[in-house]
Amino acid sequence: MSKVIVVTSGKGGVGKTTSAASIGAALAQTGQKVCVVDFDVGLRNLDLVMGAERRVVYDFINVAQGDAKLAQALIRDKRVETLYLLAASQTRDKDALTDEGVERVIGELRASFDWVLCDSPAGIERGALLAMRFADEAVVVTNPEVSSVRDSDRIIGLLDAKTRRAEAGERMEKRLLLTRFDAGRSSRGEMLSVADVLDILSIPLLGIVPEDQEILRASNVGAPITINGSTSPAARAYRDAARRLMGETIPMAIPDDRKTLFNRLFSRRAA
Amino acid sequence: MSLFRFLKPRGSAPVARERLQILLSHERAAMGPRDLVALLRDELLATIGRHVQIDPDKLVVKMDRATGYSTLEIDVEIPCDTAAPARPQATAA
Repeated sequence: MSKVIVVTSGKGGVGKTTSAASIGAALAQTGQKVCVVDFDVGLRNLDLVMGAERRVVYDFINVAQGDAKLAQALIRDKRVETLYLLAASQTRDKDALTDEGVERVIGELRASFDWVLCDSPAGIERGALLAMRFADEAVVVTNPEVSSVRDSDRIIGLLDAKTRRAEAGERMEKRLLLTRFDAGRSSRGEMLSVADVLDILSIPLLGIVPEDQEILRASNVGAPITINGSTSPAARAYRDAARRLMGETIPMAIPDDRKTLFNRLFSRRAA
Repeated sequence: MSLFRFLKPRGSAPVARERLQILLSHERAAMGPRDLVALLRDELLATIGRHVQIDPDKLVVKMDRATGYSTLEIDVEIPCDTAAPARPQATAA
């Protein structure tokens, strides 16, 4: 049975695209057929993060408007053969996507994929609402920072009101993916703790992704962090999150930046 | 002057937490798009889930409004093997 998951946040720059690509790649590496869909019309970036920016011929809007077949627009990843991308249009404006068009494309994707990950644009406008509208579940990406938590609260409200599931009176499952978490700063009281954010948003936790330099390197080279068997803390956190989505129970480890005394002395200087 | 600075609690996270809690309680009340029943269900799930593993679909929250009063019905099905939650282990001396 296929599952449609929206990766959303309200606030921009918290890691929606990175998370969608990393979790998508991690799911696909288990042999599941995965399609990651970019809903950010006019500001697409998922193609770039996944290293497929030069292979986009047809996009989501072409398919939604019937100008291209879904099979023509799907871009198959060159490294993981069960991973596909449906790019957003870079040249059209946001109103080019309609409710009916999106519903039809999502329906077609459901028929041929195990997982459909909808990478939502930031904000609470049309694009973000369409990305969540036909989803079965939501992953709410949040940074341990006041503006991100506030916007996530708003998005949770919209998930409970504006999705098809919510309108039908069904439960819309929402899980929190806490990104850019710094265990050290949190333990020193400089950053909201995991418990703080969970307490405020009161949705279950899908994963904790630590701040990790490897994330930037991964986007620099266009390879999701989970793709190359990386053992960096963020890659492990994303793999664990993907397995939790698949229903496995994996203990939640708060990623600890275990530093040697030597490293600690050096990093303090920069702080 | 800064000699005693390290004695004061430095963390700003408690301030962030408190500001958010106040702000969001106002915003949730003012905008009210978030269905109260959905909110209650999420918070109950989070609270119960901390102690007992339950199937999220086995938690039913219903609210009925009548003239003059409202009723809130909460129905939780707990699997028998987890009915008695494990207490945190006392640390062996």
